[in-house]
Amino acid sequence: MTGHTTAGAAAMCAQVVAVVAGAPLLTGLMRQVRARMEGRAGAGVRQPWRDLRKLLRKEPITPTGTGPAFRVAPALLVATTAVVAALMPLASTATPATGRSDLILVVALLALGTVALALAGLDTGTAFGGMGASREMTVAALVEPTILLAVFALSLPAGSTDLAAIVSAGLRDADRLASPSGLLATAALALAVLAETGRLPVDNPTTHLELTMVHEAMVLEYAGPDLALVELGAQMRLAVLLGLLATLAAPWGIATTAAPLAVALAIALLAVKVAVLGAALAAAEVCWAKLRLFRVPELLAGSLLLALLAVTSSYFLTGA
Amino acid sequence: MSVIGHATEAAVASAAAGALCGAALPGRPRVVASGVCTAATGAAGLAAGTAALRGARWSAFLPGVLPPTGVHLAVDALSGLFMAVAGGVILPVAVYGIGYAAGHTGHGAASRTAQAVLPLFALTLLLVPAAASVCSFLLLWELMALTSLLLVLAGHRSGPPAARAAVRAAGLWYGVMTQLGFLLLLAGTALFAARAGGETFTALRDGAHHLPSAVRGTVFVLTAAAFAAKAGAVPLHPWLPRAHPEAPSHVSALMSTAMVNLGIYGLVRTGFDLLDGGPRWWWLGVLATGALSAAYGILQAAMASDLKRLLAYSTSENLGLALIGVGAAGLFADAGGGAPAALALAAALLHLVNHAAFKSLLFCAAGSVLRATGLRDLDRMGGLRSRMPVTAGFFALAALGAAALPPGNGFLGEWLLLQSLIHGLAVPGLVTALVLPPAVAVIALSAGLAAAVFVKALGVAFFARPRGRRAAEARESPPAVLAGMGLLAALCAALALVPGVLGDGLSAAVAATGLADGPPLTGGPLGVRLDRLATTLSPLWAACALTACLITAAALARLLARRRRRGNARLWDCGGGAPTARMAYTATSFAEPLQRVFDRVLAPEQDVRVTAAPESAYLVERVRFRRRVPDRFEHRLYRPLLEAVTALGHASRRLATGSVHLYLGYGFCGLVALLLVLAARP
Repeated sequence: MTGHTTAGAAAMCAQVVAVVAGAPLLTGLMRQVRARMEGRAGAGVRQPWRDLRKLLRKEPITPTGTGPAFRVAPALLVATTAVVAALMPLASTATPATGRSDLILVVALLALGTVALALAGLDTGTAFGGMGASREMTVAALVEPTILLAVFALSLPAGSTDLAAIVSAGLRDADRLASPSGLLATAALALAVLAETGRLPVDNPTTHLELTMVHEAMVLEYAGPDLALVELGAQMRLAVLLGLLATLAAPWGIATTAAPLAVALAIALLAVKVAVLGAALAAAEVCWAKLRLFRVPELLAGSLLLALLAVTSSYFLTGA
Repeated sequence: MSVIGHATEAAVASAAAGALCGAALPGRPRVVASGVCTAATGAAGLAAGTAALRGARWSAFLPGVLPPTGVHLAVDALSGLFMAVAGGVILPVAVYGIGYAAGHTGHGAASRTAQAVLPLFALTLLLVPAAASVCSFLLLWELMALTSLLLVLAGHRSGPPAARAAVRAAGLWYGVMTQLGFLLLLAGTALFAARAGGETFTALRDGAHHLPSAVRGTVFVLTAAAFAAKAGAVPLHPWLPRAHPEAPSHVSALMSTAMVNLGIYGLVRTGFDLLDGGPRWWWLGVLATGALSAAYGILQAAMASDLKRLLAYSTSENLGLALIGVGAAGLFADAGGGAPAALALAAALLHLVNHAAFKSLLFCAAGSVLRATGLRDLDRMGGLRSRMPVTAGFFALAALGAAALPPGNGFLGEWLLLQSLIHGLAVPGLVTALVLPPAVAVIALSAGLAAAVFVKALGVAFFARPRGRRAAEARESPPAVLAGMGLLAALCAALALVPGVLGDGLSAAVAATGLADGPPLTGGPLGVRLDRLATTLSPLWAACALTACLITAAALARLLARRRRRGNARLWDCGGGAPTARMAYTATSFAEPLQRVFDRVLAPEQDVRVTAAPESAYLVERVRFRRRVPDRFEHRLYRPLLEAVTALGHASRRLATGSVHLYLGYGFCGLVALLLVLAARP
């Protein structure tokens, strides 16, 4: 029993380490894909890691007038994402988190990270910080119904909102994944992930133009090691959410035991799945333009409709 | 006599002593004595409620108190839960009130009337759930309404004229609406008692089954409307965002938690216990009202820039969430799903407990700010974090709960509510399949907006720099105020981290309504476990993991960094000079995107006036910009109603011209009509 638990704990740690180490690489890969598609050479996949190292070497800066909220937010952002990475059955469903990896808790933890950054933005007392916080919270509030309805739809086949149970149910009965309900829920969740991670068409991660900034405006005052944490947190968030999508839509390869070999294989497969998703997203972003902020609610209303359809179709088509 | 009996006696005795002290003693001793007695009342209520939750029962009949029927009191687990919540809130709030009223001349909170009435109000909050007959319930309910009205009016003779007018308007709205609610309640319960053949709750329970469904439906609609009005449910809410901000803050804290809770108590007591459930349309109505309150309440809170008004609207939202739970429970019970029904009701009750803890702390913190700065307007606050660090910390803790984020205490109730709705889909019936997904979406939207609302409240009021002189000169509140808030904060933290202690009590309370066929949830030392769904939530576990990761992340970043000493730097000013406090985002600007998104629902009124310079129409001298987000229900529903009533009043003047003959004629016609009606009756 103890050996079992130790192996499970090791698998959980492996998940967190994989997310922390892989997140900057994922961002590097996406930037590289984008650069190649735009006809540029690109800085290489490892550039985000080099950026983080550079930022860590700089002097930590406290802007005048900021307080504890500003200081704590970067670490809290990273911490919430790390806990989410530990909770989710990214590599194995036999971790100590099984039975506690509630999908609603996962959503709420990610929201906690968003709230921490928004408070940090307001704490600076600049117009940029407030503007970013206000926009970010608006988008976050509107995304919430979509996410929870998608959770509702996804939890129906398993009869539980526990992620490990959902993934196990998906592994047992692959047909359910390709059912209309599963596909609609995944599509709705994908749109919500775009909004949550601040990607095009909701927010432009590369912009520094005040009219269009959301996330970047909020974190404008960060520098040095704090900025490194913010960047790492944002990258981890993207990796975790793409991982969640991959885990829910294509759970194949996820280990049902905590055997080291199976876990290693599962992590390798996860890396491939997330890389494919990330590359596809980067390719799509080359072709998309950013939506006006006040058009975003229409996009989110569309995804809400998809999620609603997912729940009702699962009721009417399967009688569940 | 059981523990509950002794505790109830102690509560009555200390409240009476408090009222006497409040009426007789002068100045500061009055505030202290009345506050201590109120705290003792709360402690006694907490003891009685806890004993009832652990399985004790108590009933009493006092024939001499209210002749000819006498007063019936009975405490079961459901009453116990509401008594415990009320007592648990009253105790710290009374301690807070001592400090709040003592040095506070701005409000009339220290006045003789206010101090004499406060212990009585606390006592009625405790005794309403213990009432076990129609007459005693109505008596206590009305006493509660009157005492709270007197407390709302505490500030009607102090402060600037505009503030006094606002207090009077709030008192008028509250008084009229609460009395109309009482009329509905009176009509409903009188009909129930007359048809059931007795006025004690036991007689009502026995008689309810033999009533025709039309009578049952009428009783439910009348009483449910009265209880929903007390709970501040939309559209019966306009008194709430007026009365709660104008009352002294410790009174707002009690009204916004213990008192509005009793609306839900009444609904659960009549709907599930006395009437023993009902048809689907009752509960669909309750659920729809709850969904409307949740969404509209939090949207108005997002627009509010008055801190206490924001909190009042958030109360509407949270009570709406509880109503969703109650409605879903009734719906499931009607469709034959006993287990999901019990779970939904447990979720609603748990949410009420958590809401009471964080909302009373929020109102107390808002009162602390009001006391220190004289401000309720968020747009003029700012920078209070460094001037009132303890208040800021408590407000942050409570805001975390109110935003329903882990590890705050509000998360658990909403999690349980979502779980009960998600698993309620297994209950057979097309209606549940059509109703539940939108209900989940509404809960999610209100949770998302609540996060935005409390980021706004915390960030704008306490962070950044002061936006005015009064905020800049704020001082931390005195120890009694902080001690009261500290007790509430401890309560919030306990509910957030070890909610398992509540599990059995909640199960007992749900069982007392006759819904459960087994405990819906069991408490452990670490978390809440839903036995039937094999789902566990361990908030303590999550909080520990979060803290460990937080420390690791911060420590790793510090270890890896080359330079450890933090330097200071100017804020980024785009090269345009240091930004002033006027450039910071205010509450109004923070809410602007949400206001534009929900433009159709909120219908804001906007007024831009451009004054051109005399030389040329193209040179602008000044621009005046005004925006109001009025309560649409007040505008569209209450204004026309009030105008119609006024017009009717004017028109009816013509009936009374002063002619004695005419009046005699009216009397004669009335007598004939009455005789005709009596003759027509079989």
